[in-house]
Amino acid sequence: MAEERESLFSKRNRGLLSDPLNDNNPITVQVLGICSALAITVQLKPAIVMSIAVMFVMAFSNMIISALRDSIPNRIRIIVQLVIVASLVIVVDQVLKAYAYDVSKELSVFVGLIITNCIVMGRLEAFALGNGIWRSFLDGIGNAVGYAWILIAVAFFRELLGSGKLLGFQIIPQSAYDMGYENNGLMLLSPMALIVVGIIIWVQRSRNIKLIEKH
Amino acid sequence: MQELASLFVKSIFIENMIFAYFLGMCSYLAVSKTVKTAVGLGVAVMFVLVITVPINFLLDNYLLKQGALSWLGADYASIDLSFLSFIMFIAVIASMVQLVEMIVEKFAPALYGALGIFLPLIAVNCAILGGSLFMQQKDFGGVTEAVTYGLGSGIGWFLAILAIAAIREKIAYSHVPAPLRGLGITFLITGLMALGFMSFMGIKI
Repeated sequence: MAEERESLFSKRNRGLLSDPLNDNNPITVQVLGICSALAITVQLKPAIVMSIAVMFVMAFSNMIISALRDSIPNRIRIIVQLVIVASLVIVVDQVLKAYAYDVSKELSVFVGLIITNCIVMGRLEAFALGNGIWRSFLDGIGNAVGYAWILIAVAFFRELLGSGKLLGFQIIPQSAYDMGYENNGLMLLSPMALIVVGIIIWVQRSRNIKLIEKH
Repeated sequence: MQELASLFVKSIFIENMIFAYFLGMCSYLAVSKTVKTAVGLGVAVMFVLVITVPINFLLDNYLLKQGALSWLGADYASIDLSFLSFIMFIAVIASMVQLVEMIVEKFAPALYGALGIFLPLIAVNCAILGGSLFMQQKDFGGVTEAVTYGLGSGIGWFLAILAIAAIREKIAYSHVPAPLRGLGITFLITGLMALGFMSFMGIKI
């Protein structure tokens, strides 16, 4: 049966990269990957590093599982997935400890928790087990970017409003402080991450009526 | 005894798995629509935590840490296998969850049916692996402390999911704005509950 060769960046493949940004966002629509998204968004830098780490793990684990998908016995499926994801995360962890030690200390246990990040396992089950290598790679990158933009949005607001800085650079000028502006210390506390994500969901669903839950 | 009680209370209220560290949010959000399923999942998570944290503690202290292998012989004291922690912890957790699944299927088949796919998904629940990783970071002195920590974290997670399930059942008949329905309002409520739990921060036992 001859299959028409799909171009590498055909419409369907580009959809894999663009859907997770809005319609099929892993955090706000699929409700995956919430755990690490909330805990490390106090500052922008750890959020960016975490996004890159997750992108690496997702893209490569999707590719590897997709390549192996015909030879994994169904009963030990989850164990094989866990082993592959765990090995990739160990690599990421060691690289972070070697080249970005202070960020890795800030991220502490959350690098290890990428293993149990629901997005990684969720996409492996939902996509990589039934699709080809290139498409799985694109799906991994797409979902990781969707995850990353929510992380960066939350971290952006929390760091800016909470400490007036971004990436360590003072953004709010001293003149504003002299006029009476104060940093919103509440933003630095972990509960605000939940509330900021709740507001992002509110804005997203107001603009995209399809996403509103029926009951 | 004093430190154990203090550790116990700290791990339930102040370092609550959900409200302080947001671990296990995915299943927390998905299973909290009714109190019955929430209780079932909460008890299962508590059970898995109280078993896996001490086992991983023993593994860490006698196999993985720097110098842990010194009981084999003096020349093994310099080996540091801690880079293997992730794989070993996950292996222990996956096997324990399989065990819990078999026990629940045998002794409470109704609960097994109600929980469905979420029982095997406990293996990838961030809270379980998080419990073990935090235990590794905290560097406990003995197994009793590890058991106390596991039990406390489990109870904290169980309390959180029970509370949000009860609240969600109540607001099912409220006028929540349409875009906030379901997921959005749960996030906002969890945020407010987390703010409330922060009031426990200064507690000393």
